[in-house]
Amino acid sequence: MLFCKVKSESDKMKKAILKLADGSEYEGFSFGCERSMAGELVFYTAMTGYPESLSDPSYRGQILIPTYPMIGNYGVPGDEMVNGVSRFFESDRIQCSALVISDYSERYSHWDSRRSLGQWLKEWQVPGICGIDTRALTKKLREQGSMLGKIIFDNADVPFYDPNKDNLVAQVSTKEISTYGTGRYKVLLVDCGMKNNILRCLLKYDVTVKRVPWDYDFTAEDYDGLFISNGPGDPAQCTATIAHISKALQQDRPIMGICLGNQLLALAAGAKTYKLKYGHRSHNQPVKVPGTHQCFITSQNHGFAIDGETLPADWEPMFVNLNDGTNEGIRHRSKPFFSTQFHPEASSGPEDTEPLFAEFFNNMVKYRK
Amino acid sequence: MEDCKRILVLGSGALKIGESGEFDYSGSQALKALREEGKFTILINPNIATVQTSEGIADLIYYLPVTPEFVEKVIQKERPDAIMLAFGGQTALNCGVSLYKSGILEKYNVKVLGTPVEAIINTEDRELFAEMMHKIGVKTAKSVAVNSIDEAMSVVREIGYPVIVRAAYTLGGLGSGFCSNDAELERLAQTAFSYSPQILIEKSLKGWKEIEYEVVRDRYDNCITVCNMENFDPLGIHTGESVVVAPSQTLSNHEYHLLRSIAIKIVREVGIVGECNVQYALDPNSDDYRVIEVNARLSRSSALASKATGYPLAAVAAKLGLGYGLDEIPNAVTKVTSACFEPALDYVVCKIPRWDLGKFEGVSKLIGSSMKSVGEVMSIGRTFEEAIQKGLRMVGQGMHGFVGNTISIPDLDFELNNPTDKRVAAIEIAFDRGYSVERLHDMTKIDKWFLARLENIHRLKLELAKCNSISEISAELMREAKQMGYSDYQIGKIVLKDNKIDAHAKGIEVREYRLKLGIKPVVKQIDTLAGEYPAQTNYLYLTYNGAENDISFERDGRSVIVLGSGAYRIGSSVEFDWCGVAAVKKIQEMGYRAIMINYNPETVSTDYDVCDRLFFDELTLERVLDICSLEQPKGVIVSTGGQIPNNLALLLDSQGINVLGTSAKSIDMAEDRQKFSAMCDSLGIDQPRWKELSSINDIYSFVDEVGLPVLIRPSYVLSGAAMRVVSSRDELENALHNAAVVSQEHPVVVTEFLQHAKEVEIDAVAQHGIIKCYAISEHIEYAGVHSGDATVVFPAQKLYYETVRRIKNISKQIAQALNISGPFNIQFLAKDNALRVIECNLRASRSFPFVSKITKFNFIGMATEIMLGKEVEPYGKTFADIDYVGVKSSQFSFARLLKADPVLGVDMASTGEAACIGDNYHEALLKSMLSVGHRIPSPDKGVLISSGTSKSKVELLEASRMLKEKGYKLYATSGTAAFMADNGIEAEVVHWPDSEKKPNVLDCIAAQKIDLVINIPKNHTQRELENGHKIRRAAVDHNIPLITNARLASAYIWSVCKIGIEGLGIRHWGEY
Repeated sequence: MLFCKVKSESDKMKKAILKLADGSEYEGFSFGCERSMAGELVFYTAMTGYPESLSDPSYRGQILIPTYPMIGNYGVPGDEMVNGVSRFFESDRIQCSALVISDYSERYSHWDSRRSLGQWLKEWQVPGICGIDTRALTKKLREQGSMLGKIIFDNADVPFYDPNKDNLVAQVSTKEISTYGTGRYKVLLVDCGMKNNILRCLLKYDVTVKRVPWDYDFTAEDYDGLFISNGPGDPAQCTATIAHISKALQQDRPIMGICLGNQLLALAAGAKTYKLKYGHRSHNQPVKVPGTHQCFITSQNHGFAIDGETLPADWEPMFVNLNDGTNEGIRHRSKPFFSTQFHPEASSGPEDTEPLFAEFFNNMVKYRK
Repeated sequence: MEDCKRILVLGSGALKIGESGEFDYSGSQALKALREEGKFTILINPNIATVQTSEGIADLIYYLPVTPEFVEKVIQKERPDAIMLAFGGQTALNCGVSLYKSGILEKYNVKVLGTPVEAIINTEDRELFAEMMHKIGVKTAKSVAVNSIDEAMSVVREIGYPVIVRAAYTLGGLGSGFCSNDAELERLAQTAFSYSPQILIEKSLKGWKEIEYEVVRDRYDNCITVCNMENFDPLGIHTGESVVVAPSQTLSNHEYHLLRSIAIKIVREVGIVGECNVQYALDPNSDDYRVIEVNARLSRSSALASKATGYPLAAVAAKLGLGYGLDEIPNAVTKVTSACFEPALDYVVCKIPRWDLGKFEGVSKLIGSSMKSVGEVMSIGRTFEEAIQKGLRMVGQGMHGFVGNTISIPDLDFELNNPTDKRVAAIEIAFDRGYSVERLHDMTKIDKWFLARLENIHRLKLELAKCNSISEISAELMREAKQMGYSDYQIGKIVLKDNKIDAHAKGIEVREYRLKLGIKPVVKQIDTLAGEYPAQTNYLYLTYNGAENDISFERDGRSVIVLGSGAYRIGSSVEFDWCGVAAVKKIQEMGYRAIMINYNPETVSTDYDVCDRLFFDELTLERVLDICSLEQPKGVIVSTGGQIPNNLALLLDSQGINVLGTSAKSIDMAEDRQKFSAMCDSLGIDQPRWKELSSINDIYSFVDEVGLPVLIRPSYVLSGAAMRVVSSRDELENALHNAAVVSQEHPVVVTEFLQHAKEVEIDAVAQHGIIKCYAISEHIEYAGVHSGDATVVFPAQKLYYETVRRIKNISKQIAQALNISGPFNIQFLAKDNALRVIECNLRASRSFPFVSKITKFNFIGMATEIMLGKEVEPYGKTFADIDYVGVKSSQFSFARLLKADPVLGVDMASTGEAACIGDNYHEALLKSMLSVGHRIPSPDKGVLISSGTSKSKVELLEASRMLKEKGYKLYATSGTAAFMADNGIEAEVVHWPDSEKKPNVLDCIAAQKIDLVINIPKNHTQRELENGHKIRRAAVDHNIPLITNARLASAYIWSVCKIGIEGLGIRHWGEY
């Protein structure tokens, strides 16, 4: 509710400054935690799904800029758990460092909401500022690439922080091993910063999921299928995971990877990855199955990608991005290994590629036979 | 790829409620896409004022009715390989289904491109559709098809009230509505059965949210949803009557994608190839939903979605119909990506309907499940507050935004519970009276999010009201007000609290102060990808919720701004869009940059590839000045967009903006009644005598002077139509007493009214006061029927040479006196060779596209050249050189306007028009009448004649004889029957509605014994009015063609009897 700015002195929203690494500054108004914060600025163009995005571990260390101007409209749901997994969120906390928007809906409306977006941000001590020309900011990031930035309250400056230099995966991955479901097929899920909806999607099948930390050595484990989750940052940081996957590639047990998991699989297979200029963060990315007219609209959130040219001979591209031609997934030519750069589990975003989980499950069934 | 060279495209005909300009957009875009692919296109559309029926869009154009019999004849002649049904609304779809069912398409081997007809039938038949949805596990509103009223009653006993009744196969919810008891059900079912043999009864979901998705599917089964939209108004109010926002605002990701996935599932199951609209009801308290409706064609919603997102839906749908995959079609906006994606919006759009209910006598103002609005606007902003305030101003019904209005609502609580076209104004009044968001939500069922946002606007008003002078407004408050969409005028009005200060002066004062504070709007692009990719787009809007402009301006003096026509309304419609587009084309041809400002999503002028830059924004002084200061144009064209831009001429001129063409001073001279009359007097040109009077006594003494009847035009009315003709003292008293406030502030204009006078119009273009081309047309009806409702013949067929010469001379004098450089139109009354000028507009008129197309000379093209300063040669031909005739008829939408009296008068009532060409007057008239919903009466049914005054009885005598000779059974009311008997014509007497005697006229109509009703109003006595109203209304409600003018009826019957369907030539435009 922008109105607060003029209602009266005491009700005024506090001012905050957004500073960019290129020296530019923007003045905004706070609706979250009033704490200075630095991170990597990234924009995303999805029009719904801020509770899901903010709790997505892949956004760790980043300052999110939704391009849709009015945010907070439907509030934030509660913290209920179903089968050991949060019902509404993609992890157990807000993951991003801060939120920068154009216009904030303090008064929200939804039957399922329990609090405002601002209240939720405050619960997790995450700053949120509004009143920013997010389109102008987006264009700047599009032209100059993702950039470091910081939000400053009361001149309490903080240094710029580049999350890509840290091992973010280690920060967001689970610390312990846990098990979900009681199904027939055993899935070993490597949590590199997993979104909960991967678990929810897997558990629709006759499976038991064992979730392990990112650097866990699973090579000696008994499982029917290996699943490598999404996660934040530069895949090259995950040397331990890559080493374990390399071993799994020697075997024939089915593998599926998503996003960071896709990049790790490629690195383990011997391909290379690189950082995109400003990444894909949206719900409207079209991908195509090479050599066909088959296309899907996908949900994406990544700053790194596989260099399709570097794929070894026994691998092939499974999907390519229709907009910019970048690789969107790979598949082994003979073994049941595949992974996607986009998010078939969606949440948030379109659900058109969810059947890929069925393909993974069917691979396990086939393998067991 | 489909192997076809010649493709037939069906248009939607005349604009009507439920089927408006959106199909000019979709048809034009589709035809352009087909042309791009090298296809030969044939278009059938009698709507001559559309852009799609202009040169260079289709290869052949047939101005013929879009009905199976005419389309078959065109197919027979042109032998197309394929046909497209999806671009001409329900009219084209119904016509296509009928051609398919009767085997015509198969007979001539015409392939249907896009969605197969079987699939269309499955979506149109509610029972088949419900079954299909049930099969794939999709929930539909539980609806039961019934064939009788008894069956309907028993169904309701099962599912319980409230229920909704719908007639199958009708457009925009015709014949449908809500019922909460047996009496209501019986009444509604009866009407619905007259439209369709089958009606559907379903459980009402009143109060649920209404959500729509626009889905596209290609032959490879790729599906995308281009846009979703949320209705501000809850279910129960037709989506065409609702304020609609895009994208949805109150849906969580789960709900958004749940409905999106279901939409895709449906579209795949149905087998759409092209575009499809899916409408849902969504429970506001859970994620329960119902599918309400699927439209397997381009629709009003898809036009809106296309304009809201920048995604060219119609062009893409046309290419998918040819067999392309989505991945093979480039994104026309970014040029670097493909059409296979879902647009991301970084703004919100708000569609608001425009009603003209005030134009109709007796109409119910309640809005509900059947559509009544005649047009719509789309506003764009980066907050809902900004978008809705812009939109409310754009509607042009006197609102300055959400706040700062002077609208009175007699019973606020009733209004909030029973919404009318004033419901948004009612919400603001409720806030003023302290109603909370919760309370308003309980009453209106509008989502609290929307209400809270509206309350933000209201609260800011209270802050502004604390200031007592403009300079007291702080920069912060000013910025926030602008971010919430306040206009300068609105701010001035609230701060200064004085309604008497001139509106524009107030606005300018605020503007100057605001600019001093450095608060200016910025320009943003609509680029389909929310800034993710660089875009070449020229599609723009202005916002205060931003810090920098997306584009830079050349400012080289080569930009020309054309002001568009705004929302379609009664009196200003697609014809002005045609004029605007014609001006744009000429500007570009002359090497200038064409900049369009318009906000009507149903237009071609707002299409992405029409002008060099499009500002989808307000046509107000404030906004035009904003854009002028960004563009610094060569000048502004105000004469091609109808009255809205015309009214801005003087204001723009006073702010130093170069108004191109005729000077603003001259425009004002023609617009100002007093000044114009003084000029006419000095030139010795006659006008009907008139006076502006501010007391009842003055009115009576003026009436004594000029005699009755007179035309009275109050400047303020309490209810009913504003303008009327009164022919007796009683009527005059009645009109003044009931309808009008007469005072110094609200004067009444009284004009002498000439009976039995011909109305003649000249459309012309002049340069430096010298006429360069002109067209004279005449009305079939005598004066008294508004020129927008009259049937117009061009070239005029029945004028004396003397009259024509005098018309030319008067026009020359006026052109010279006003030093006209551009388009203009003068209307005359001609009686016994005496000519009187009744109106003069120094702008393009409604009939410019009509005369341009009949003469094949683009009047707007020449006018634009003149306005840009090129010296032109006079157009050599005169209308006497044309050896064919064009007739333009009006389309009425009374069927949708419950209770409205379908009678024509001095105020305009038609919603659209069609025009056809024939070798002679009668052929053209018949084609044209058949294009606006008339049909040749079925030989086994009768014609009802109730012929009014003795003069019209005589007028209709010959026509009645012809009908009799043709073998029609005639029914007549007693007086008419007696007159006919005296003249040897036998007719069955039917008794007046208020008579006890049988047979009663209403029974005959209800029994479907009659296939044409001629009812000529006689006088304005209460009994006559009520009886006449009942007959006319019964005809409309039973879908029986109605004519209320004796001259038109007589000419039409002559055409029906002497020419008939067989006598109508099937020739395209180029063949004349």
